[in-house]
Amino acid sequence: MPQIFDRSANFLSKASLGGLLLFVGGVITLLMVFGRSSYVTRANEYIEQPIQFSHAHHVGDDGIDCRYCHTSVETSAFAGIPPTKTCMNCHSQLWNTAPILEPVRASFRDDKPLHWIRVHDLPDFVYFNHSIHVKKGMGCETCHGRVDQMPLMLQRNSLQMEWCINCHRNPENYVRPRSEIFTMGYQPAEPQSVIGPRLVKQYAIKGNTSCSTCHR
Amino acid sequence: MSEIKDIDALRAQLDGTRGKEYWRSLEALSGTPEFKEFLHREFPQNASEWLDPVGRRGFLKLMSASLALAGVSACTRQPTEELVPYVRQPEELVPGKPLFYATAMPFAGAGMGLLVESHEGRPTKIEGNPDHPSSRGATDLFAQASILGLYDPDRSTTITNLGDIEPFSAFVVAMRSVLAAQLSKKGAGLRILTETIASPTMAAQIDDLLTRLPAAKVVQWEPFFGHNAREGSRLAFNEYVAPQYAVEKADVILSLDADFMCVGAAGLRNARAFASRRRAENTGTRNRLYAVESTPTNSGSRADHRLPLKASQIEGVARALAAKLNVPGVAAVSVSGEAASKFLESLAVDLQGARGKSLVIAGDSQPASVHAVVHAINAALGNVGQTVSYTQTPEARPGNQIASLRELVGEMNAGTVDFVLILGGNPVYTAPADLKFGDALAKVRLRAHVGQYEDETAEKCQWHVPEAHYLEMWSDVRADDGTVTIVQPLIAPLYGGKSPHEILAAFAETGGGERPGYDIVREYWAKQTGLSTAAPAAPPVVVAAPVPAPAAPKAPPAGAAAGVGAGAPAAAPAVPAPIAAAPKPALSPFDLAWRKWLHDGLVPGTAFATRQVTLQGAMPPAATPVGDGLEVVFRPDPAVHDGRFSNNAWLQELPKSLTKLTWDNAALIAPGTAKRLLLISGDVVELKQGGQTVRIPVWLAPGQAADTLTLHLGYGRTRSGRTGTGIGFAVNALRTTGAPDTLAGVQLTKTGDNYELACTQDHGSLEGRNLIRVATQAQYTADPSFAAKMQEEIPKTLTMLPPRSYEGYAWGMAIDQNVCTGCNACVVACQAENNVPVVGKSQVANGREMHWLRVDRYYTGDDPDNPDTYHQPMPCQQCESAPCEVVCPVSATTHSDEGLNDMVYNRCVGTRYCSNNCPFKVRRFNFLLYGDFTTESYKLQRNPDVTVRSRGVMEKCTYCVQRINQARVASKLDDREIRDGEVVTACQSACPTEAIVFGNLNDPNSRVSKLRANTLNYRLLEELNVRPRTSYMAVVRNPNTTLEPAKPTNGEERG
Repeated sequence: MPQIFDRSANFLSKASLGGLLLFVGGVITLLMVFGRSSYVTRANEYIEQPIQFSHAHHVGDDGIDCRYCHTSVETSAFAGIPPTKTCMNCHSQLWNTAPILEPVRASFRDDKPLHWIRVHDLPDFVYFNHSIHVKKGMGCETCHGRVDQMPLMLQRNSLQMEWCINCHRNPENYVRPRSEIFTMGYQPAEPQSVIGPRLVKQYAIKGNTSCSTCHR
Repeated sequence: MSEIKDIDALRAQLDGTRGKEYWRSLEALSGTPEFKEFLHREFPQNASEWLDPVGRRGFLKLMSASLALAGVSACTRQPTEELVPYVRQPEELVPGKPLFYATAMPFAGAGMGLLVESHEGRPTKIEGNPDHPSSRGATDLFAQASILGLYDPDRSTTITNLGDIEPFSAFVVAMRSVLAAQLSKKGAGLRILTETIASPTMAAQIDDLLTRLPAAKVVQWEPFFGHNAREGSRLAFNEYVAPQYAVEKADVILSLDADFMCVGAAGLRNARAFASRRRAENTGTRNRLYAVESTPTNSGSRADHRLPLKASQIEGVARALAAKLNVPGVAAVSVSGEAASKFLESLAVDLQGARGKSLVIAGDSQPASVHAVVHAINAALGNVGQTVSYTQTPEARPGNQIASLRELVGEMNAGTVDFVLILGGNPVYTAPADLKFGDALAKVRLRAHVGQYEDETAEKCQWHVPEAHYLEMWSDVRADDGTVTIVQPLIAPLYGGKSPHEILAAFAETGGGERPGYDIVREYWAKQTGLSTAAPAAPPVVVAAPVPAPAAPKAPPAGAAAGVGAGAPAAAPAVPAPIAAAPKPALSPFDLAWRKWLHDGLVPGTAFATRQVTLQGAMPPAATPVGDGLEVVFRPDPAVHDGRFSNNAWLQELPKSLTKLTWDNAALIAPGTAKRLLLISGDVVELKQGGQTVRIPVWLAPGQAADTLTLHLGYGRTRSGRTGTGIGFAVNALRTTGAPDTLAGVQLTKTGDNYELACTQDHGSLEGRNLIRVATQAQYTADPSFAAKMQEEIPKTLTMLPPRSYEGYAWGMAIDQNVCTGCNACVVACQAENNVPVVGKSQVANGREMHWLRVDRYYTGDDPDNPDTYHQPMPCQQCESAPCEVVCPVSATTHSDEGLNDMVYNRCVGTRYCSNNCPFKVRRFNFLLYGDFTTESYKLQRNPDVTVRSRGVMEKCTYCVQRINQARVASKLDDREIRDGEVVTACQSACPTEAIVFGNLNDPNSRVSKLRANTLNYRLLEELNVRPRTSYMAVVRNPNTTLEPAKPTNGEERG
């Protein structure tokens, strides 16, 4: 009986075996890259809001402190989204006829809340607490980026666990003096490698990595 | 499950030489092969098996598909979510932080002081009010579960008249026309049927109505209430008074069929007081509790001596005791039975020896004459003024409810009632069967029902108005000692419910028929206190302003919600004023007091003063002749009470304290009697008496009195809701006005049918390992460290796990079994706090109940008809060398820096290895999607600080890690350590006896560390070297040595 395959076919079989491995590896790599991609994490994605609110204008141009609107950032897990009343504190006097602000005035007038689209949205099994991060010297900018340069709010970081853990394991790379927490564009006065470990000690930062710190 | 072959064989086994045995069920005790088979399976037969005809090929297909899907699921984008801020945020509210409001739960004629946790306007969890004299920070299981009742989607949502939806104004118009017609007859045709009135405002409204309509009548009906106790006080003192017990002062306590620590308004107070003399760390003398009871109770399970006796024979015991104590006017009665007479002999001596420091308590189900005799005994023992005092009753209109209900039915049948308003309650279901209340009601021309559900009574009425839940209304209520709490709403009525005050306002002379409950309650209290509701003319100047003070800010109009400042712009001052506190709105003297009452959760000075009572000379004759044959006693169901909670799935699924049954009721029967009648658990019997028949399965209950069947009301509802309709067995047919508590001469017929009851008592059994350690007071005095010596095997210390050190906190729990009454409040509290789902009866039967905390109940003793009973709450033991952690292939359960076994739901892939390897069987697996992700109203109840778990995920007790984390953050924000007692787990805070203590083991001064150092402390299964963080306090009993001769220290005895 004649041979069906001659010796040269051995290459094909070896190549296809290797190719299969490469393919499987490739698919896995692709999935891992895809899972970390900003398409999945929604990082750097502009989200249209019911009102074209500009942090760049209010923070960058006007220099309003973060805490004027996000009042509970130092006391609660949730930083707080300002009630319409906060907007109206100024906008009952300023730009009080601007058409762009009509939804705000309508909300105040009709007692109907505004529906903002959440930009920084952690999964429901993650419990993040703003107050303790602020207390321990984590600047707003560290996670939220240069909010003062964002005409429309966007998520600057992946917010994946890998990214959280990176800081929980090495808080000295990110900590800043408490006086600089709300500063945008902070530059450490001394190199971070000097000031970081000192602040970690001073603020008694533990960088908890137990699962129940965030998952419960 | 398995059949118990022979009670005598059980006895022989108990008499054997194996020492002291603890058993959970008769099946376990008999050790039948079927039971062993049941035990060795992780889950009951077929529970964990795939029964559908799926072959290997199908299995592989499913597996590969799920694997692929599992990979893809990690790459999903987060769905878009909205943020909806307030328009005007309330000042006191910080988003993300719960607020607590003081209120009270009206229940069966008294109120329980509560603090309710509210997340952005959603009440989510009930806690006790620590300032309240009765609850003292604890709650019972009904209060814990009431939060689920609030969000019940089956509550009625619309006002209807003959099925047509009507506005409330139409109801008011209808009521006004009734009122107008009745005014000429002075209300002769008007009847109002309510539950027991414990609200002073409602009592005043009714008084007002009866002044204008003197011929109208208000009837109260509560199927389980101290009817006999009240009648007993009338027999003894010729007036209605309520006894108030100072249990903490009593050295010797006798309970005559009374569950005084778990049932009734004073249950929480009594339990706390009893526990104060029983704690492991207690250094004073232990009290001694004798219990004579017809059916096992939680209080009886803590008794040092317990005598099971037919309910009708208990009167004989009371009278014989009275005769022995030389109570005047009581003839000596001989007590049959050697055990009983010996019991009585020792008891009388013990009570005599503790004159002024003893206490006799009669149960609500005992006839009035027993209560009268007990009052006389307490007086003869010099206890009045010491351990028992008398006050007026917490219910505003005490009276004979059964007689007045009977009278009402007579009038309805005679056709003299034109209109009946049923204000709360479900009398068609709960009224004694001989009244045929439903038929009588149908003869009334116009009938209106106000209730939370469209229930059996609503069905028979033309008008139905949804009643507001107590968390939705303004009201007031008296606690058992008279202390008034203003009931304040936590949320606007979800289903448009109306409070009883708002209903009665329709009959008021003033106010035009529709008035908010807030105004009615405030008006009553303003009148009561005589404080002015007018705000002072000029507000007090808070800050010195540089310019003349602006015009006085307008005081909020009466009735406006507190705390909303009017934003009236003042005239702009010429010079910019320094930023100063906004001027406080001027408060009237009444408002100042009112706000303090609301804040504190009680109105000061409203507790009743002690009332002097004088015994009437002659004792009433014995009420019930002692009959032979089977006797039935009626009790409210331990979980669903009289049926009012039957649509509450938490309570339905709660394993009942002593039987561990779920989702059903059964007739409890003593094992000895069952043997005589050839019955096993689950056998359906027919009970016949007076032409009425009830079909119900029996359940063998160790500790039940011979020839006594206990029937629990509250089941067999026909219109309850999707949870409660049609489950269990209605037993009300046998209950009559003549014998509402005890029914003699019952015929029992075995039907031959068998009914499957879902019972959890053998789930998670630990195969006869002895987890309870007990000694008597004498043994304890001789050897205080007996608990350590009861260790079965020498603990090994070798471990393959790396050594761990805990800097900072090391959380631990100590549970004092001396004081645990098994009341189950902790189980429901855990369920509410941790979003624990319910699974349904069939899943419970498969061993898939999800409770993170179970209370194991153990029996011991040489008589299955009268064993000693112990309760052992079993949360996750949080082992330091945890067997669950090492077997998880995906590290979904890991060890935290503070020694907790963390469970990470989002990592869990559901191998269940951890659960298999857990020696305590405390892990729970979501076999199906048990969590309710669809019902909108239930979403409001969820604790936002705890993940709602999905299918395929393992879960277990976390030591309430969300509360630990909150305390940790709070302490760090204040630059301090967490204080001892700052972290309170949900089970701990609910516990009426403070049996559960939680804290930091690294702090030698914490309460838990001190308990850990106590000689009574032991840890379970130490021989496994898992080193649990949860430890237990061994039980010290205090038996009377004349009844139970002292044995040598049981070093030899397996404890």
